[in-house]
Amino acid sequence: MRRQIALLGAAILICYVALFAKFNQLQVVQAGDLNDRPENTRSLQRDFNEPRGSILTADGKLAAFSDPRRATLRYQRVYPQGELLSAVTGYFSFALGSTGVERTYNDELAGRTTALKLRELTGLFSDTSSEGDVVLTVRLDVQATARDAMGTREGAVVALDPRTGGILALWSTPSYDPNVLSTNDTEEALRAKEFLDAVPQKPLLIRAYQENYFPGSTFKMVTATAGLESGTVTQVAPDYPVVTSYTPPLTNQAISNFDGTPCGGTLFVIIARSCNSSFAQMAVEQLGPDPMIAAAERFGFNDTPPIDLPDPARSVYPTDFGDVVERPPGRAPVHEDSPRLAQTAIGQNDVRATPLQMALVAAGIAADGQVPTPHVMSEIRARDGSVVDRYEPETWLRAMSPADAAILRNAMVGVVDDGTARNMAIPGVEVGAKTGTAQLGTTPPRSHGWMIAFGGPPGEPPTVAVAVIVENLSGASSDTGGSTAGPVARAVLASALGVS
Amino acid sequence: MPNVRAIATRRRTTELGLLVLVAIVVISAYALASLGRNASLPVDIVPFLGVILALLLAAHLAVRRWAGASDPLVLPLVAFLNGVGFVFIARLDEQLAGLQATWTGVGIAAFVVTLLVVRDVRVLQRFRYTFGLIGVLLLLMPLLPVFGRNINGARIWVAFGPVSFQPGEFAKIALAIFFAGYLVERREVLSVATFRVGPINTPDPRQFAPVLVAWAVSLLVVVFERDLGSALLFFLLFIIVLWVATGRVAYLVTGFALFGVGAVVSWSQFSHVQDRVSIWLNPWADPSGSGYQIIQAAYALAWGGTSGVGPGLGIVDRIPFDETDFIIAIIGEELGLLGTTAILVAFLLLAGSGLRIAKGAGATFGTLLAVGLTSLIAFQAFIIMAGVTRLLPLTGVTLPFVSYGGSSLVANYVLVALLLRISDQSIRRAPDPLAAL
Repeated sequence: MRRQIALLGAAILICYVALFAKFNQLQVVQAGDLNDRPENTRSLQRDFNEPRGSILTADGKLAAFSDPRRATLRYQRVYPQGELLSAVTGYFSFALGSTGVERTYNDELAGRTTALKLRELTGLFSDTSSEGDVVLTVRLDVQATARDAMGTREGAVVALDPRTGGILALWSTPSYDPNVLSTNDTEEALRAKEFLDAVPQKPLLIRAYQENYFPGSTFKMVTATAGLESGTVTQVAPDYPVVTSYTPPLTNQAISNFDGTPCGGTLFVIIARSCNSSFAQMAVEQLGPDPMIAAAERFGFNDTPPIDLPDPARSVYPTDFGDVVERPPGRAPVHEDSPRLAQTAIGQNDVRATPLQMALVAAGIAADGQVPTPHVMSEIRARDGSVVDRYEPETWLRAMSPADAAILRNAMVGVVDDGTARNMAIPGVEVGAKTGTAQLGTTPPRSHGWMIAFGGPPGEPPTVAVAVIVENLSGASSDTGGSTAGPVARAVLASALGVS
Repeated sequence: MPNVRAIATRRRTTELGLLVLVAIVVISAYALASLGRNASLPVDIVPFLGVILALLLAAHLAVRRWAGASDPLVLPLVAFLNGVGFVFIARLDEQLAGLQATWTGVGIAAFVVTLLVVRDVRVLQRFRYTFGLIGVLLLLMPLLPVFGRNINGARIWVAFGPVSFQPGEFAKIALAIFFAGYLVERREVLSVATFRVGPINTPDPRQFAPVLVAWAVSLLVVVFERDLGSALLFFLLFIIVLWVATGRVAYLVTGFALFGVGAVVSWSQFSHVQDRVSIWLNPWADPSGSGYQIIQAAYALAWGGTSGVGPGLGIVDRIPFDETDFIIAIIGEELGLLGTTAILVAFLLLAGSGLRIAKGAGATFGTLLAVGLTSLIAFQAFIIMAGVTRLLPLTGVTLPFVSYGGSSLVANYVLVALLLRISDQSIRRAPDPLAAL
């Protein structure tokens, strides 16, 4: 029996050592992750009993503040602009956790960064608290223009400064009022969340950067970049045949031009008239997969954009087009998936882009080939108004050479002067644009209408880049994108540039 | 017997010293928790101090008088666990704290009475079948139509007028006595393999019958009462005592194989078992519903970190049953890994003392009873802490001495009194008491 008792003791010891290891895992190893989980409201409970900084727009309007209450939780978050800024601010809710800037800049707002703590320490005897105010790059006037121009149509608008990456407007329709979620009445907040979750249009999903779509013809700017960067396409050559459709190798399925109109020519012409046949032919016959993949990835496809907002969606460009197959004598070998490659060149098939990504394509072209890191924070201020931290603009990726960017800028200006985006013209402003009508492959045909554009004073680097998508329209003709998304993009550009 | 007297004096001095330390720890923790919550000392600190000291002294004097040579660590460890548990119950709910204090008083009274009544542990062996019957009846009681109560999804309560209790807590002691008494008598027969099944020699199957019946009954009952934690505990008790009695690994292997079959069958048959397993595997599938409790416990433990947020300073309105099954999560939040480790070590030391008592009792009924009782405490604590931390699927049992609950507290005090009785007796009856230490 003595031996069994000793073994039993060892068994109990092993059980308790396992338990000790488990306690270590929960209380030390994983503690940080568990504390940071969005639905863990413990740090929130602490946060709701301490003052919290405000969120301000670039034009000095109050976007969020903490309102003192005489209740168990001493503060409640209030959003004076309602649904207008919820895509950026997110909500800060005791019952639901937090999203948006409230989440990414939580430490700054709560005053827990080193810089803010140090200030509190030096002001130890002056009774200052350490919470910081977040000043956004977003302008309330541009944001309101985006909302009004979209109206009730589903879609999204992203406007940013191509030189810095600072977001000027980030709008998704439908939006939601963060005040109903940030109420300290837990029951009410849960009911509101349940209601919003049940709405089929998903207002809590910020389409502008958390959802991706077929980019349609706006993606031709990426294909054109691949052509220029590879050196096989220039302003003067090749001169693509004027045809109604192009049939890639290894298939019978033709890629038609919109409305069956013959289309073709050199680079500027095929961009201005948005020739599907020419870009499909360019991708298959001049480029092949690798330059296409490289160009897309240099704009940020297949990567998570480093924006300072939670849960951004990735934009996707396929990376596998099969092996090279030999063909009968006299014909060049091509990749197995050449039909697919042809479709991706015009933003169909497996290509997906967020509105933010397409705004970054416009920005990369506008800013000499540099894709800026997108961001919504401009600076952090202490309670006394002094600036504690400022966002240092940086380049995220290099999409192309400045020379190629200049060519594409001119091409996009040409689209406005004499192409599919003539309705984008704004007097006194140099505007470049590219339309898009992404076919959804349904019968009867439905499509997403796109417009990407940039604008600025003539002869100077553009100061605004914009992308607009209007979702799920009936029909799919050449001007579907231009006529729906175009006016929205134009209004936002004009508002951001301060012209009527 | 000068040796025994010397041992007794030394052991009781040790115990008294440790009890003073425990009193200091518990009273400090009580004061700190109140400071943390209300920034003031508790108004009842003086009476609290008096009650704590009186209860500890009463238990100590009873041991000194009626079990003088017994192990000196058991009572201080139990007092520590009970005291820390009380501090946290008081910190969660003052009304429950009043009840828990009353139950502690009743528990210590039961402890004293047990020491007084059971002067010779072999008397229990004589009534082994009576205890077996009592154990089964106690287990069956909650199924009675009028008195049985279904509380929180488990039918483990019995109510007589205003008084309700969990008979299962007492059944486990009765069954430990029965298993020990029955197996010590049959251990010779059970350990000799005389029966052949194909190539394997096993003991005569008839020898298993009564034990298997007791086991099957207790398992069936807990399945019908939906008390999975107790099922696991009774099973472990049975297998461990059988194995220690016979020394045959075959029992251990068949036992765990049986358990595996039982687990799979009940998983496939009972939705409440399936629920437990899926919550264990992935509580995040439904974080605000079925996974809520276990996730909140993980958050509480993580929030506590290494050294805890401080007694009385945790965020404690979130875990259902935080004063009973989940009390370790609250301790982990406010005292951190240091606090949970202290509780673990206390249980480990208690198990060690229990096994040392078993070893000192030679190879008798007392040995098997001590093994059974020790296993009950050690594995019950393990099962619930493993459940809370998601090491194992959660099965609701109390954390012995720490959780709120009258039945559990009183039963465990009786259990500890029996352990001390075995300890005292084996020292007194040993030819060389020093060697029996």
